[in-house]
Amino acid sequence: MANDIMWQHFSHQSDIGIRAEAELLSRAFEDAATALTAIVTDPSTVETVQPVNFELAGENEEDLFFHFMSKIIYEMDVRKMFFGRYEVKIENSHLTAIAWGEKINFERHSPAVEPKGVTMNQLRVKEENGKWTVQCVIDV
Amino acid sequence: MERPELKRISENCWRIEQTGNMKVPGMIFADNDLIKDMDEKTLTQVRNVAALPGIVKGSFAMPDAHMGYGFCIGGVAAFDPDAGGVISGGGVGFDISCGVRMFHTGLTIDQLDGGIKEHLAEALFRDIPAGVGSTGTISLTSEALDNMLTGGAVWAVEKGFGTKEDLDYIEEQGCAKGAMPGKVSPDAKRRQREEMGTLGSGNHYLEVQKITEIYDSQIAEGFGIKKGDCMISIHCGSRGLGHQIGTDYLRRMANEASRYGIELPDRELASVPVNSPLGQDYLGAMRAGINCALANRQILTALVRKTFAKMFPKAELKMLYDVSHNTAKMEQHEVNGKMKQLLVHRKGATRSFGPGMTDLPSRYKALGQPVLIGGSMGTASYILAGTNESEKLAFSSACHGAGRSLSRTAASKKWQGRQLISELAEKKIIIKSRSMRGLAEEAPGAYKDVNAVIEATANAGLAKKVAKLTPMICVKG
Repeated sequence: MANDIMWQHFSHQSDIGIRAEAELLSRAFEDAATALTAIVTDPSTVETVQPVNFELAGENEEDLFFHFMSKIIYEMDVRKMFFGRYEVKIENSHLTAIAWGEKINFERHSPAVEPKGVTMNQLRVKEENGKWTVQCVIDV
Repeated sequence: MERPELKRISENCWRIEQTGNMKVPGMIFADNDLIKDMDEKTLTQVRNVAALPGIVKGSFAMPDAHMGYGFCIGGVAAFDPDAGGVISGGGVGFDISCGVRMFHTGLTIDQLDGGIKEHLAEALFRDIPAGVGSTGTISLTSEALDNMLTGGAVWAVEKGFGTKEDLDYIEEQGCAKGAMPGKVSPDAKRRQREEMGTLGSGNHYLEVQKITEIYDSQIAEGFGIKKGDCMISIHCGSRGLGHQIGTDYLRRMANEASRYGIELPDRELASVPVNSPLGQDYLGAMRAGINCALANRQILTALVRKTFAKMFPKAELKMLYDVSHNTAKMEQHEVNGKMKQLLVHRKGATRSFGPGMTDLPSRYKALGQPVLIGGSMGTASYILAGTNESEKLAFSSACHGAGRSLSRTAASKKWQGRQLISELAEKKIIIKSRSMRGLAEEAPGAYKDVNAVIEATANAGLAKKVAKLTPMICVKG
């Protein structure tokens, strides 16, 4: 099923780890981004009405993932928005994305904690047996 | 549990002997129970820091140490720039200069009896922007923002947020010299546009506290505090700007470290020599981040004063002190009998200057600086005083809080926000928060016992116990 939850939060003593697995690297990025939203609010409460487009490049897949997650934190912060759905395309360490979401609604989203930044602690992007795993720890 | 790698060298100090690529030993300040509970990963992080170029004397961990990223939280390390010493973005972290500011209210607990406390809690919750997505009322032009990044709390006072006297009671008199706003990215500045005068979220808070114990009456008198006094504590940092500086430079430092032949045991330790172009750029940007945090706490102080003025027109809110936790500062320290200029990283640790140190205000000169320790929600906070012994032990440093013992994911499964509010209400503590899950993640049970951390800190000689405070009102970010 396309809507299966393919991400998880993992424990870190100070902060929150996120991990996603998918056959396509772009899908793993999308799911990890949903996991990032889930640190702050339940992604299913976010209406995906406003698209935000961005593109970026990385020196390698891990650098690209770090950059991508950092960019979402930045967009959430400056636009005061949450994103419930992501569309990602990756070609040769170049990424284009659309994040769909809405302005923060304090009643409905009941935001828990603000992500400050992406740490390089346990940062990993790897392909094994045809499956991509992406993970990092978010400082909150 | 057997810990052969740890050698107990005194009641509250343990050494990790130098092995492998460690350039200095690891030194952990903790009692028997705290060391037993300290995660193996925390010790690995202490060892990793000990392997960085130019480190002097030791890689230190305070009694509240727990696993961080790169440095452990509660980690202290000093580097000699003349000996290839490094500056590490991971050794400062994302929330640059996150810290605690405490001020007197001039009120005693009996003046908050009855419905007044609830009324004050409501007013503070209404007037102090807190939580995810909250915005301040101050909007800065790009020129004003650069001035703020250069001037810190001094800038804020010039703009009418507080008095000149406040500045005497802030580390470095409210301004980190040598800040370079030009080295702060447009993205970082953009993140700050609407966030001046906001508390943030997570473990950040504003508390009204009462002093319940005095341990050292002479120092307490010098600090102007007595049992039954009501104090205000603010715990917050450099907001979006600091977070983005951390992000920008972490990526650049991690990519450039190898150019200087620096092998990073953990990429999060992202370091370059202090005297490299990137090291100097980060130093300038990080100092701008410190100034942003100092200005932010100064603006929040002004907001609290405004709220108090409406309810208690005669109350005078005077500063006790303002300390920063996540910093790298150039300081003079004695190494092998000689004074040296070192870059001291404190990641989740507080400066603990003893009597006579130059940065102290004249009023505290003979006492040592107030070392302000924020406990977990609903437990206790402490006022300690810096010691000269701390200079010899760990470059004048002490703990910064209780320190987490349980992850946020585990805490949010174990506790519920509403239940915590009613439990704390029974202890006559009013909690105000927009987020129930945020509260659950900050449950007191998810933290170490702050009392044990303070005992170990005091017994190790890192700081002296002066007073204990318990919360009456807590506005959670």
